[in-house]
Amino acid sequence: MSTPSLSHSTPSIARRKIAEALFKIVGLGSLTIAVGTLALLFGALLYQGASQIDWQFLMSFPSRHAAEAGILPAWVGSTLIMLVTAVVGIPLGVAAAIYLEEYARKTWMTELIEVTVTNLAGVPSIIYGLLALGLFVYILGLGESILVAGLTLALLILPVVIVTTREAIRAIPVEIREAAYGLGATKWQTVSHHVLPYSAAGILTGIILALSRAIGETAPIVTIGALTFIAFLPPAPFTTQPPYISFDWLLSPFTIMPIQMFGWVSRPGEDFAGNAAAAGVLLVGMTLTMNGLAIYLRYRMRKQVSW
Amino acid sequence: MDAADSTHPQEWPKPLKAETRALSFSYGNRLALKNLSLPIAEYQITALIGPSGCGKSTFLRCFNRMHDLYAGNRYEGEILLYPDQRNILAREVDPIEVRMRIAMVFQKPNPFPKSIYDNVAYGLRVRGTSERQLLDEKVEQALRSAALWEEVKDRLTARATSLSGGQQQRLCIARALATDPELLLLDEPTSALDPIATASIEELLLDLKSRVTILIVTHNMQQAARVSDWTAFMYLGELVEFGLTKQLFTTPSKKQTEDYITGRFG
Repeated sequence: MSTPSLSHSTPSIARRKIAEALFKIVGLGSLTIAVGTLALLFGALLYQGASQIDWQFLMSFPSRHAAEAGILPAWVGSTLIMLVTAVVGIPLGVAAAIYLEEYARKTWMTELIEVTVTNLAGVPSIIYGLLALGLFVYILGLGESILVAGLTLALLILPVVIVTTREAIRAIPVEIREAAYGLGATKWQTVSHHVLPYSAAGILTGIILALSRAIGETAPIVTIGALTFIAFLPPAPFTTQPPYISFDWLLSPFTIMPIQMFGWVSRPGEDFAGNAAAAGVLLVGMTLTMNGLAIYLRYRMRKQVSW
Repeated sequence: MDAADSTHPQEWPKPLKAETRALSFSYGNRLALKNLSLPIAEYQITALIGPSGCGKSTFLRCFNRMHDLYAGNRYEGEILLYPDQRNILAREVDPIEVRMRIAMVFQKPNPFPKSIYDNVAYGLRVRGTSERQLLDEKVEQALRSAALWEEVKDRLTARATSLSGGQQQRLCIARALATDPELLLLDEPTSALDPIATASIEELLLDLKSRVTILIVTHNMQQAARVSDWTAFMYLGELVEFGLTKQLFTTPSKKQTEDYITGRFG
């Protein structure tokens, strides 16, 4: 075999370079379309809504008059529901993941559960709404309440929390576990001293991303019967009389940001469009804040754990 | 003591720290150790040599019941721990109890991503020790035993993962020593280290043997010859030959041993 001369291979290099340049153009184009569309949408939202956001907007109830309408019950509702979702969904999800990953024997049952959980993460959210309507509202009689909404979203994020927690736990080298066991640690000591602390960054990131998805969920909440117009706040969690803490707010009717936003969008006339845009800006802001927190926490905690 | 009589009738270690009797082990259906009977001399270093896959690490990991962590593993036979002559493989013996008496150092340095101090103190804390003064004392003692104290005494709160590979491995040895184990298992402790770090670990082992019985797996025959008093040569899950290190390396009684130590295979 003769070695090909340099001049012989030159045209092939040129051809390959053309392909490379072409792909650069295609890639850049795709990126521009994707990011550009998002930026345009958010820009339009900001342009329309930003000027509406002020103290009055944040602290007022909805009204028939666009200028007086506010978003108070919606953000309070969203916040309280997120609280219920987090309190219920996080411990359940993390505990289930730890059990599956560290304790459960690998049998066909656990395999089946694993596959099911992974698939549940992809079930449309409205299905969760239907389930909640049947179980929580009709069978358990909990009403169209903050509690039911929180539980519904907790169910929704549960598979995501389980999957991300398992991935985070699995990333811990087996050598670290064996080191702990080798020193006489029990399973629980190994989990609580090592596995959980070292995977906390990954777990937290997963939790926050799941919550930030849940905060924008509308379909399941509409299904369980959230109100679109609400002119009161849930009862305060603190009272002046003993025992000073009240859980009545859990059973209170509510609305949430996306529903309030939808309520305004569906109104005829231009007046309320600005309000809807402002609510949208706030909702995006809440989500971005949570994502930012996730990135920050990951950065902080990753720096501390390395092998 | 038939096993000994067949190889070196005059040489049988005494006193013993441990002894395996007809030890077999299987991963699921695969038999990895076949009927091993081996004595471990007290306050001596016993080396396990043999080609990769011969089962020497598997054998070592039986001593602290590491195989219990994974499903489908099965032990047969006995490992007697002296002086009480208790069979640590018995069903009623809790593996955690075994690991309280027998410590292990792994192939790859595996410090926890915590401070140097917390690494060494971990075994004691697991056992419920929380008194600061006692912990301080034990940590210093263990780090001195592992010849690491001088290098790290001013930065005990630094991350263990910031140490060099050789220091990390000595830290792991200190961590294992802090709980005063009766038997120290080392699974190819220098295979991830450079020659200088290796030499310092070997020197350390020779210092340690007056206080703790050592069982070491090594793929490095020179290392076995340098540090150990007794050597066991394993091949395909079986014990081929056991004897005094100098005897086994100079006048092996089995052809297979000779072939291996002269580099004809493995």
